[in-house]
Amino acid sequence: MRAPLSWLREYVELPAGETGRDVQAKLISAGLEVETVEQLGAGLKGPLVVGKVLTIEELEGFKKPIRFCTVDVGDANGTGEPQEIVCGARNFAVGDKVVVVLPGAVLPGDFQIAARKTYGKTSHGMICSGEELGMGDDGSHGIIVLPPEHEAGTDAIELLELVDEVLDIAVTPDRGYALSLRGVAREAAIAYGVSLRDPALIDVPAPNAFGYPVKVADPVGCDRFTARTVTGLDPEARSPIWLQRRLQKVGMRPISLAVDITNYVMFELGQPLHAYDRSRLDGPIGVRRALPGEKLTTLDDVERTLDPEDLVITDNSGAIGLAGVMGGANTEIAAPATDPETGAVSGTTEIVIEAAHFAPVAIARAARRHKLASEASKRFERGSDPLATSAAAQRAVDLLTGLAGGTADAGVTEVVSPSAPRTVSMAADHPDRVAGTEYGRETVVRRLQEIGCDVYGSDELIVTVPSWRPDLAFPNDLAEEVIRLEGYETLPSTLPRPPAGRGLTASQRLRRRVGRALAGAGYVEAPSYPFVGAEVFDHFGLDADDPRRRTVIVANPLSDTEPGLRTTLLPGLLATLRRNLGRGAHDLALFETGLVFRPTGDETVPPRLPVDRRPTDEEIARLQEALPGQPRRVGVVLSGARERAGWWGAGAPATWADAVEAGRTVAREAGVELIVRQDQHAPYHPGRCAALYAVVDGAETLVGNAGELHPRVTKALGLPERTCAMELDLDQVERAGGARPTGPRVSTFPVATQDVALVVDTAVPAADVERALREGAGELLESLRLFDIFTGEQIGEGRKSLAYALRFRAPDRTLTADETTAAREAAVAAAHASTGAVLRGA
Amino acid sequence: MSAPNKSYDPVEVEALKPEEIERMRDAALAAIAAAGDLDALAHVKTAHTGGASPLALANREIGALPPQAKAEAGKRVGQARGAVNKALAGRQAELEAERDARVLVEEAVDVTLPHDRRPAGARHPLTTLSERIEDIFVAMGYEVAEGPEVESEWFNFDALNISVDNPVRSEQDTFFVQGADGTEDSGVVLRTHTSGVQIRSLLDREPPVYVIAPGRVYRSDELDATHTPVFMQVELLAVDEGLTMADLKGTLDHMVVSLFGEGMKTRLRPNHFPFTEPSAEMDMVCYVCRGDSVGNPDRPCRTCSSEGWIELGGCGMVNPKVLVACGVDPRKYSGFAFGFGIERMLMFRHSVEDMRDIVEGDVRFTLPFGMEI
Repeated sequence: MRAPLSWLREYVELPAGETGRDVQAKLISAGLEVETVEQLGAGLKGPLVVGKVLTIEELEGFKKPIRFCTVDVGDANGTGEPQEIVCGARNFAVGDKVVVVLPGAVLPGDFQIAARKTYGKTSHGMICSGEELGMGDDGSHGIIVLPPEHEAGTDAIELLELVDEVLDIAVTPDRGYALSLRGVAREAAIAYGVSLRDPALIDVPAPNAFGYPVKVADPVGCDRFTARTVTGLDPEARSPIWLQRRLQKVGMRPISLAVDITNYVMFELGQPLHAYDRSRLDGPIGVRRALPGEKLTTLDDVERTLDPEDLVITDNSGAIGLAGVMGGANTEIAAPATDPETGAVSGTTEIVIEAAHFAPVAIARAARRHKLASEASKRFERGSDPLATSAAAQRAVDLLTGLAGGTADAGVTEVVSPSAPRTVSMAADHPDRVAGTEYGRETVVRRLQEIGCDVYGSDELIVTVPSWRPDLAFPNDLAEEVIRLEGYETLPSTLPRPPAGRGLTASQRLRRRVGRALAGAGYVEAPSYPFVGAEVFDHFGLDADDPRRRTVIVANPLSDTEPGLRTTLLPGLLATLRRNLGRGAHDLALFETGLVFRPTGDETVPPRLPVDRRPTDEEIARLQEALPGQPRRVGVVLSGARERAGWWGAGAPATWADAVEAGRTVAREAGVELIVRQDQHAPYHPGRCAALYAVVDGAETLVGNAGELHPRVTKALGLPERTCAMELDLDQVERAGGARPTGPRVSTFPVATQDVALVVDTAVPAADVERALREGAGELLESLRLFDIFTGEQIGEGRKSLAYALRFRAPDRTLTADETTAAREAAVAAAHASTGAVLRGA
Repeated sequence: MSAPNKSYDPVEVEALKPEEIERMRDAALAAIAAAGDLDALAHVKTAHTGGASPLALANREIGALPPQAKAEAGKRVGQARGAVNKALAGRQAELEAERDARVLVEEAVDVTLPHDRRPAGARHPLTTLSERIEDIFVAMGYEVAEGPEVESEWFNFDALNISVDNPVRSEQDTFFVQGADGTEDSGVVLRTHTSGVQIRSLLDREPPVYVIAPGRVYRSDELDATHTPVFMQVELLAVDEGLTMADLKGTLDHMVVSLFGEGMKTRLRPNHFPFTEPSAEMDMVCYVCRGDSVGNPDRPCRTCSSEGWIELGGCGMVNPKVLVACGVDPRKYSGFAFGFGIERMLMFRHSVEDMRDIVEGDVRFTLPFGMEI
């Protein structure tokens, strides 16, 4: 809402010299968000005067038509002689009154005016367009042509009200009344503690039976409809400058007198009006819901198919307007047209004014349904003042008769569904209890009266809220009014005393540890957007029925190629990896922790639950069933060197082993030992893919994968060869862990070390050998570590030798050589039994 | 060692003459002083203190002396040996120090060499800033609450007093989840705020409820220097008996002091949100200029555009309608809530100028933030 300060001052006696910025500060602290104060005519300096065009000489031979004019500017040029001016505009004729800026003047934008030679003539000034004067669009696309009554030489800065300040206010949805000068003025009056001259407080004639007939078939959608008629209008009448200027300042383009007047009254009072050309109306005006399939061409020349829920204005011909949103083209006020032969001007001479109150929800839905947000719908859907309709209609009648020479018809139609004023009861100290400070009853009552409430009662207040404040319905609404008017800045600052807390949950602590552990291991956290398309899954080489292809689909995605939500973290991580590589990075290790979205396929449409009570547990469960699975994952990607080469020696490339180790790093933080198995799983290299298992609730469960990406995948994604990745279900890992470690008893007896080299088939996983050794070695085994792998002729084709260091120790004695040997032999025997391992050289 | 001399010779033993002991001692001391390195010293040691050394032999002779001579001879030999051992130890220390100095110089390295063998990683500042904020409230007794990012409309809108016809609902740039029939009408959205978590918290717990809800939220804005369709939010909810706007103000003040230091404060400005009544916009004093740039064109502040205040987010007293929808009696309980975007706070707390740097995952952006913020 734009509110010109000059217009505001008409209703509120602001202190003299109060600037727009001063008013801005006052209104902001009262809760009106004044975003900017526009300084109209800033830097403007005259002489800028009315001129009368005396002669026009068309200059030939230039790329565009140019006119050399003489203009009478009265005494403004000091000589009284005609002013010679070159002008490129064509929308004026000899005798027209125009706006002339003379040498020495400065136009907005520091545009210095001086006599200058142009097109072979000297131009002593300029004939101005609205744009050059910073007036906004007047729709003329040329210079300003003034009404003929203004004298040449008159100061145009004052005439055109060029210097002003305009407050631009972001009005919150609850305060529709502030979408009017009346509403802004009311707030300003309270803020300054002065009285308001309410423009809606005007005399209106009582309704009678001979006004234009109106039939409201839907009193719920329309509880008030005022119709007034004005006849004998001069179709040539134009909006006066002051009216045009006010509309321009609030951001509306002047169109025609009748339309300008309806807009003017809407901005003044907040009541949208509609003007019908009475000669084009066919029978009584009606208000009803649209018929199925009914069509209406609105003022913007769009034919719209109406919805049975749409509220429409009708006459005998059918729908003539989408109520409260936009009128129909068929009853539009006719633009004045001049008969080329007689010179007579024809146009609308009889107007029916509609001032109605519509149900906010009906208007909001219609505007949304037809994607048609208008100045009218904006006000109706926020709740207009139902008691303002007759005053608004009267204002329009007054302006039409005053400016277009019309006569007000004596008929006054008012269709009203009776309703009682709304009251809210509230404890007098409720605002105090909400604010945490003491205002006292007297202040509370005074503040409520200031905003237009009637207040009765002592401890329990009965508050009748004003008709323009449909948002005031509950005690807290009233408390807010009191608190904001007293000033939020006066609130004390106190701290509540919450009950003692228990800190972060185990899951939250785990997530932090995982982040620190991975960052400590050289990974950089890189959260990515969760949006994915099918293409990445094609690149991944996923089967057509791979569950990862079944994504949650966003109905209105930012990008049509990525309408889905991620089912794995890898697409986002790999995209981030590629972005970093593209920017010149080489050795990268990234991680991300976040939710993935796994539709179950059994999602239901959630019930539309009420909000006037707590939903039942069953209802909450049904809401939950509508949602996809949203497990938390952690993923890493690696490429380039894991360890760099340098003066210390060679580096090491990031490999599948680093990826698996990243998984172990995560699991370790949860106190979980991962079980690693060979796997084949897209998008991984079929020979370099690990399945990661953990024991969850007693059962070995697949919790993730790790390894090197398939060469086809890296190629398709434009990534370096041997890029590696890992992804784990953090929720599952968390469930697998959490056991409190028991403090070990540390033996101080000596350790006995035994090395064994075992030869197995290449295909035998080292993990199997290790597991067998551990089982076989028994309780005396303190630790076991694979320290070498050897292949070669001595071992034989298809065989490998695994060298382990075994450390034995007893808690209560020094082991004898026999004991140690026996344990070692038992370990080797177990390995032989389960993997076929034989001692090397045996 | 020889056996004790029982039939001792009453004649004085040659070796034990005082001048003879002195000579042995002096020879030993001279040899010690002359030893040029530790090896030479080792030889000297053997020669002058070993079992076959003159002093050792002399010592052995003491036993052969008559009892009346033993004491004096023993004392004389003992003193000589003591002097030799002392000189030996001293020389040993001297030579070791010399050797050490020489060898350690040879072993010297250039300690300024870089060792970026495995460069450090880092956590994303959005994560760590969120944790930092969580910790402030956890220290006060709050719980950190979480919920789903794909959320039903009832939790995201309805329960928060954002009815289907509330203009706010269409103004929130919501991502809608497509229903099974391909329409937008699935009743499920990508959550536009973490307020749904507040509702879940109220349904899960009996008041008093003090929770902070950080998390990812979604609005269908295109990514640019100041907007991102996916961002992090922190919301707070307190529901208890007798909570007031003053408590809200105090809690906000405490937060900005904890995050930005002493002297920081907040300001509330009236605003409107469906889920709070009264509602307010919250600002904090610009932590860079502390308001000094206001009306001071010589010292403009880029962080707050010389406004002196930085807009943080929205807040207010929980609308009683929200409490009713969660089965909390608004006559007994009241509450306050606030919410703000972490990206924005990261931007002004750490002078980040472009939102894209925060969301694109460039390691050069993230690394300087390290493990904590």
